[in-house]
Amino acid sequence: MSGHSTYEPKTGFERWLDSRLPILRFAQDTMVSFPTPKNLNYWWTFGGILAMMLGIQIVTGIILAMHYVPHVDYAFNSVERIMRDVNYGWLVRYTHANGASMFFLAVYVHMFRNLYYGSYKAPREVLWILGCIIYILMMGTAFFGYVLPWGQMSFHGAVVITNLIGAIPLVGPSITTWLWGGFAVDDPTLNRFFSLHYLLPFVIAGVVGLHIWALHVPGNNNPTGVEVKSKEDTVPFHPYYTVKDGFAISVFLILYASFVFFMPNVLGDAINYVQANPLQTPLHIVPEWYLLPFYAILRAVPNKLMGVVAMGGALITLFVLPWLDTSKVKSMRYRPTARLYFFIFILACLVLGVCGAHAPDDLVIPGFSGLQFLDANINSYVWLSRIGALYYFAYFYVITPLLGLTETPLPVPDSISTPVLSHPASAPTGAAASPEKRG
Amino acid sequence: MVDTVAGAGPDPHVSGDDPNRRDFIHIAAGVAALGVVGGLAWPFIDQMNPAGDTLALASIEFDLSKVVQGQQVVVKWRGKPLFVRYRTPAEIAAAIKDDHADLRDPQTDEARHKPGKAQYLVLIGVCTHLGCVPTFGGGDYGGWLCPCHGSVYDTSGRIRRGPAPKNLEVPDYSFLSDTKIKVG
Ligand code: HEM
Ligand code: FES
Repeated sequence: MSGHSTYEPKTGFERWLDSRLPILRFAQDTMVSFPTPKNLNYWWTFGGILAMMLGIQIVTGIILAMHYVPHVDYAFNSVERIMRDVNYGWLVRYTHANGASMFFLAVYVHMFRNLYYGSYKAPREVLWILGCIIYILMMGTAFFGYVLPWGQMSFHGAVVITNLIGAIPLVGPSITTWLWGGFAVDDPTLNRFFSLHYLLPFVIAGVVGLHIWALHVPGNNNPTGVEVKSKEDTVPFHPYYTVKDGFAISVFLILYASFVFFMPNVLGDAINYVQANPLQTPLHIVPEWYLLPFYAILRAVPNKLMGVVAMGGALITLFVLPWLDTSKVKSMRYRPTARLYFFIFILACLVLGVCGAHAPDDLVIPGFSGLQFLDANINSYVWLSRIGALYYFAYFYVITPLLGLTETPLPVPDSISTPVLSHPASAPTGAAASPEKRG
Repeated sequence: MVDTVAGAGPDPHVSGDDPNRRDFIHIAAGVAALGVVGGLAWPFIDQMNPAGDTLALASIEFDLSKVVQGQQVVVKWRGKPLFVRYRTPAEIAAAIKDDHADLRDPQTDEARHKPGKAQYLVLIGVCTHLGCVPTFGGGDYGGWLCPCHGSVYDTSGRIRRGPAPKNLEVPDYSFLSDTKIKVG
């Protein structure tokens, strides 16, 4: 997309089409000859995996929608019917339900990759922001989808999340009523959530288009974080990365299939196989695993409004990250101190996830009674999630800005090729320079 | 805008040299378009608000003789759980004793039941934090404990601890007879 096209129409038809709708040129330039840094590692294969997951969710989702009934009296049973009576319905539903988890797994790897290699920095800020928008749309889609089977967790999860909006001063309660279409989560709510669950994946697909457009202007970042300097630094996307992505996708599919076929319910909550009962809340409300860290941040704050603000803030923070980072060096390969804080950041996210899964008053170290500190036991998950949340925000607002100013990075190579070529032993001698070309 | 008319002729009205009139047309057209879009947007937003049949809320009658002392019955009202609790004298005493304790949402017990009917407590069973249904018998105040994020309510349904900001809501209701109430 960025200028120089290498497409040469071969047949008369291609020439005819190219001067009317240059779609083959577009495909060739974006997916075949696109110049890609030659040093991308496997962390770069998750973009392709994500595209595949979106496709799988849309296909399985449309099939589920052929059998699903969005009505409070029938929804739960229609999903059970999909599981028991519809031919291969179990397969389609397990693929869809576990697909959501795999989708988030891939997006998290993809996002942490961007943090580590500084891919959000100039000139890729817009690309990063589009990614953050996709992530938030994914959370919305998964939330709406989880409500559809109308189990106990579907229902009460929907109650809790929609009530979050009620925390907004003045207009909050009217917005909640507007979202519900009534005075409680009920049939109107289920219907519109189904409509939105159908819609949002296509919105995501649209934003993915923009995301790829924004990728193809500056091109890929790479593990050195040094921008491409010459043609020597790149290889054509096909066959180098089609093959590499293809291999990664195959491995990823093995993991995915082992969930679908051997443990389809481990990532879900058993209580969601009990039909929704508005009169009784399950003892322990938890969202799906991929939302747990944010749930923990919400509960870390003892005040309702401030909890919601903190949770929203955790997401908004991602959008401003390109302007919080003061370091000129992109890749953490050359930033040992930043790398250390980054790994603690991953740990903090995991700890927050664990906190989100536990009741706030549960003891972190069983058997150790701890002591009361302010409003809760110091040995409880409330305090652990406070520490985690504190680190989450400190990482973005304190550590990242200060580190760029104070640290001394390791020497950064002049170009992508330099670290390879300066090691004579590893420089390929006499190997075919362009195996993608026949002959 | 001025350049859009090529070769400005001698007639200023034709040439578009008069920016004020052009601007006026542009602004007027823009405002009209915005008005139309805004006017059309409202129906599309408002359609999501509660529909007529949802608004035509049914009120329910409830026979209190179905509840015995120390018991709580949960019925569904407007899609939400309604707690009808027949309190024991000890619970009522505990509630009155705390009337002037350090309450987050100060209210006396007297204000939360109908005069002379202290034994019957009628509440909307929706936690004022994020809407879970609190369970009776948990927490340190002899009342309700919300399973979601640990809000604790006392025997009067007042918030005592945890993240919820308000007391459990008392709905509009009235006694039709000694043993019958109408809610809503
Ligand atoms: C971004 C892509 C998508 C994600 C992340 C996603 C996520 C989910 C999740 C988490 C569930 C609940 C699964 C369960 O526990 O039962 C679900 C259910 C459902 N989804 Fe999707 N979905 C996506 C796309 C779609 C699309 C495009 C449709 C097309 C209409 C669709 C239709 C359905 C239906 C009908 C159900 C209810 C049946 C069931 O619960 O298994 N989904 N979705
Ligand atoms: S919903 Fe009751 S404590 Fe959060």
